Amino acid sequence: MIAFDNVAYSYGGGELLSDVSLRLTPGSFHFLTGPSGAGKSTFLKLCYAELLPTAGRVTIFDREVRGLDRDEVARMRRRMGVVHQDCQFLDHLPIAANVTLPLAVSGRDTSAQDLADLLAWVGLGQLADALPPSLSGGERQRAAVARAIIMSPDVVLADEPTGNLDWDMSLRLLRLLVELNRMGKTILVATHDLNLIRNAKQQVAARVLRISNRRVQLAGADL
Amino acid sequence: MRITDLLAELRQPDRQADRVVPPSGHTAWLTSFVAGTMAFLAVFALALSLAAGRLADRWSEALERTATIRISAPEEQMETQTRAVLAVLETTPGIGSARALTDAEQQALLAPWFGADLPLDTLPIPRLVELHEEGEGYDAEGLRQRLAAEAPGAVLDDHLRWRQPLAVAASRLRLLGGASILLILASMAAMITLAANASLAANAQVIRVLRLVGARDIYIARAFVRRFTLRALTGAGVGALAGMAAVTLLPSAEAAGGFLTGLGFQGAGWFVPLLLPPIAGTVAFFATRAAALRKLKELT
Ligand SMILES: Nc1ncnc2c1ncn2[C@@H]1O[C@H](COP(=O)(O)OP(=O)(O)OP(=O)(O)O)[C@@H](O)[C@H]1O
Ligand SMILES: [Mg+2]
Repeated sequence: MIAFDNVAYSYGGGELLSDVSLRLTPGSFHFLTGPSGAGKSTFLKLCYAELLPTAGRVTIFDREVRGLDRDEVARMRRRMGVVHQDCQFLDHLPIAANVTLPLAVSGRDTSAQDLADLLAWVGLGQLADALPPSLSGGERQRAAVARAIIMSPDVVLADEPTGNLDWDMSLRLLRLLVELNRMGKTILVATHDLNLIRNAKQQVAARVLRISNRRVQLAGADL
Repeated sequence: MRITDLLAELRQPDRQADRVVPPSGHTAWLTSFVAGTMAFLAVFALALSLAAGRLADRWSEALERTATIRISAPEEQMETQTRAVLAVLETTPGIGSARALTDAEQQALLAPWFGADLPLDTLPIPRLVELHEEGEGYDAEGLRQRLAAEAPGAVLDDHLRWRQPLAVAASRLRLLGGASILLILASMAAMITLAANASLAANAQVIRVLRLVGARDIYIARAFVRRFTLRALTGAGVGALAGMAAVTLLPSAEAAGGFLTGLGFQGAGWFVPLLLPPIAGTVAFFATRAAALRKLKELT
């Protein structure tokens, strides 16, 4: 689904990631951990082609990212749901329009019932008409999750999706991701939250990738 | 891109697609204003161009029908030669009327060059005879030969030399009007491109989000293109109507007379400036589209 071959990335200074080779196979569930500033968000950006590797190859849906034109990148992103660490909303549009944005830009209709169900599920039923800037951090994250999954994407990439959520809401979100994974979706979640990872491991065969010393490696069973 | 595609993109706007770009009062106003001003100016350039065309036609027609005969002779022969010339002209087929200019008329003709108090009678000034053609016109070569025989000091000037530069000047003027319209349209394209670029840059974050959720460039570009095209269309509509109103208020041909006679639209000419708004819309469409597709690559 997503493959890295000897990938390196640098923002211009020294390399942030070096010689990363790994595969996210279809239907797999991965966590990505590492200290703040280690490059978790950077790794995810490489996964959805916001950044191109400075060396090596990133392959998404069997296509090398570097060879894709802009329209192909757009179509590829429609098959991925991404929860960005900083959410990324259109601040002038209400939450409902933001959540259905992926459908709108790909020319698909929105079922009002599906939208209502989804918003209710993430606990934002009352806030459909609110503007993003008026939401709390946790509410914004839940809206971002709703937007990421509304297209029923093949891959879900989530960057600290529970960073601002209480434990109950985090577990609720985790259950959603697990459910999606059981439907065959590929999941990658960047998080600091070891409790969340432990809890997930009781439900699915989740594996943990850790960034240390510029490498991304599978962590052992002990975390 | 065919015209039907263009119309399809402007068709009953896709509300959702338009709303993804926040309304921007500043550039909106700027674009309408530029389109309006340019259409207003273009109306005048158009009026100038059309009037110059008519002028060129009228001048060459009027000049074609008249000619002058210049008689240079010693003082004592002037009268006889003038009479001989008039006699020749009377018997020449194709000449309707002929008369010698009076001293006062000659003085008026020369005044611009030599001043009003020119002592005509003390200077060897040639006498001018003005003739008007009729019907098929006269045979210039035959007339020259007869004049040479009857009045050796008479020279036929059939105005060809004068008509040529005048007609050329008028058609140059028409060309200049046309070139002005092209320049005005080009400036409008340039200014709309700048406004579109500014608008795109101001919306960089919106564009980023749209790209992240899988929007193609053309989808984003359309939201901008539709907006700018409609603004240019309405702005140019208002500008063109204002320009036409201003042209209507120009003094009429009778009142102004002379060189400015008939600077304005006549008959079907009134429909020509109505083409300006659709042209402005088309210019805005392609200018914004090109700017958007280029700028989008820069921004994300
Ligand atoms: N656009 C950028 N230009 C230059 N440096 C950047 C840029 N984005 C991130 N960095 C740097 O790259 C490093 C990794 O950033 P990244 O956001 O990937 O870390 P992270 O692991 O997600 O951290 P956190 O857990 O705090 O979210 C940081 O040191 C950051 O300062
Ligand atoms: Mg991060």
